[in-house]
Amino acid sequence: MANVVLRNVHKTYPGGVEAIKGIDFEVGDGQFCVLVGPSGCGKSTLLRMVAGLETITGGEIDIGGRIVNAIEPAERDIAMVFQNYALYPHMSVYNNMAYGLRNRGMPKPEIDTRVQEAARILEIVPMLDRKPRQLSGGQRQRVAMGRAIVRQPKVFLFDEPLSNLDAKLRIAMRVEIRRLQRRLSTTSIYVTHDQLEAMTLADILVVMNGGQVEQIGNPLEIYQKPATTFVASFIGAPPMNLMPLRADEIKSQFSGDGRAASEAGILGIRPEDFMISSDTLPGGIALELTVEAIERVGAETFIYGTRQHEVQSVAANPGELPPGEVIVRIPGAIGPAIGERIRAIAPREKLHLFSADGRKRIDL
Amino acid sequence: MVEEQGIQRFVSHFILWIGIAIVAFPVYLAIVASTQDNALIANGQMSLLPGGHFFDVYYKTIVLGTSGSTREPVGVMLLNSLIMALTIAIGKIAISILSAYAIVYFRFPFRMWIFWMIFMTLMLPVEVRIYPTYKIAADLHLLDSYAGLTLPLIASATATLLFRQFFMTVPDELLEASRIDGAGPIRFFWDTLLPLSRTNMAALFVILFIFGWNQYLWPLLITTRDDMQTIVIGIRKMITTSDALTEWPVVMATAVLAMLPPVAVVILMQKLFVRGLVETEK
Repeated sequence: MANVVLRNVHKTYPGGVEAIKGIDFEVGDGQFCVLVGPSGCGKSTLLRMVAGLETITGGEIDIGGRIVNAIEPAERDIAMVFQNYALYPHMSVYNNMAYGLRNRGMPKPEIDTRVQEAARILEIVPMLDRKPRQLSGGQRQRVAMGRAIVRQPKVFLFDEPLSNLDAKLRIAMRVEIRRLQRRLSTTSIYVTHDQLEAMTLADILVVMNGGQVEQIGNPLEIYQKPATTFVASFIGAPPMNLMPLRADEIKSQFSGDGRAASEAGILGIRPEDFMISSDTLPGGIALELTVEAIERVGAETFIYGTRQHEVQSVAANPGELPPGEVIVRIPGAIGPAIGERIRAIAPREKLHLFSADGRKRIDL
Repeated sequence: MVEEQGIQRFVSHFILWIGIAIVAFPVYLAIVASTQDNALIANGQMSLLPGGHFFDVYYKTIVLGTSGSTREPVGVMLLNSLIMALTIAIGKIAISILSAYAIVYFRFPFRMWIFWMIFMTLMLPVEVRIYPTYKIAADLHLLDSYAGLTLPLIASATATLLFRQFFMTVPDELLEASRIDGAGPIRFFWDTLLPLSRTNMAALFVILFIFGWNQYLWPLLITTRDDMQTIVIGIRKMITTSDALTEWPVVMATAVLAMLPPVAVVILMQKLFVRGLVETEK
């Protein structure tokens, strides 16, 4: 049992590329921390630095009160689950799990107890004698987790462990990982680019972008109060609608509210916060949209519309919508027809306002 | 696959059979000649059917050697060839897998430079560097020894490159998983890389064994004593006799015997050989 503390961690590659630009956060004992971000944001690099597979070029990583910067991966008391499982292809499932323990010189009977116990928890007892190539993707995933569990490490590290599985299995394994982690209450750090995985697994969510932390916190808090437009569009699917507003638009929209900035900004509304209605909500917003496309998924319908009046456009970041497009989510399968004009309204308390550069949240 | 019918099929099979006959007939001839009486062959009256001297010819070849001269029996030559081919094959695999491991998995100064040096030696086969190599072997008193027969042929750029290519395809995560599992470089090599290279090693072994077995020029230079001579050299020496009639049945029996070990190696290791060249087990 241990906490993991990162203090001003930097990673600069020999070529001068700065992959991690100073990251601080703490994962408490037994907590499940998820690092999420687009590809290339440095989340995997950061995890590998915690594992000891990448050198730390600045700052400190502390696992259970011990600075591990100069400690070999095997000595850090961590276990890692890799994206492609990285099982030893020539070893049986049993040996895959026992290998690390044997290297430590653990007595045979104890190895056997631990492997059998892990196999029982993961329901892979009948497969112990098989080779990894005789297993399905989900079974390999279990073996990879078994290899981590038998070590009884202070920290579990997961590097996108579910991304090679099909959608159904991914959900099942996601639930299982969470249950397992609760049961073992081992501190865990989990890397993913899938915001749904991030939301459902995390005790603490760390949203990363460009080698920096965008926001840290409880997943629901992050969803409800994204700190930047990046977080707003990355967390939640489909992404939050972001509309740049001129200073006068903001003034007229949020008049009477002293805290709202009197300069230009970006307005954000989640697709699920809209309603289609001809009402006007006091302090809320109403958008006139022309329906361009409709996606019906059964329980809900997504309406892609363009705004009637063209506001100035901002360049779309990854995950953001192209300027001028708005997504509206409505429950059920009944929606307007393509080409129809609709009026989407959202209440005041569901509006998010950001500074014009998207780096700062302005509380309404 | 195109399924061919009637005349087309007949023609293609006919051509294939001609090819087989061209390859197989000399072999058949050697086997037949090795069972006949030397006088018949010398008179040009050799039958195309096997004769009745199979056992005495092969006994003579393997145990006694050719009569009239002081040639060694073929048994000794077979042993020499076997030792040479095995040492070369195993030595080449051992050295090249280690050098490939160093080049792929370790960061040391001049790594690429050393790799290219090894690569360049591909352009320098034994035939090209024969004089300096002979000089070194002679200065080290390696003439007429197994070390002299094998050592200069062991360093192998080809095998090193092959293993390098294979190691590059092994996912990095395996190394990382090993590091987390507490396996150092030697453990990783021994526990993971070596078992994964099994089929590659088998394929290389087949190729290198045959390469070693068929060496001609180098054994010819380095060995002068009859009891150190390899079978390939032996055949050649048997044919050119100054004083007596060439004992063709014995020569042919030797040729047949010389063919057997490579054939046996190929047959025994065929499965692994094909897998090593085709499949990558990861």
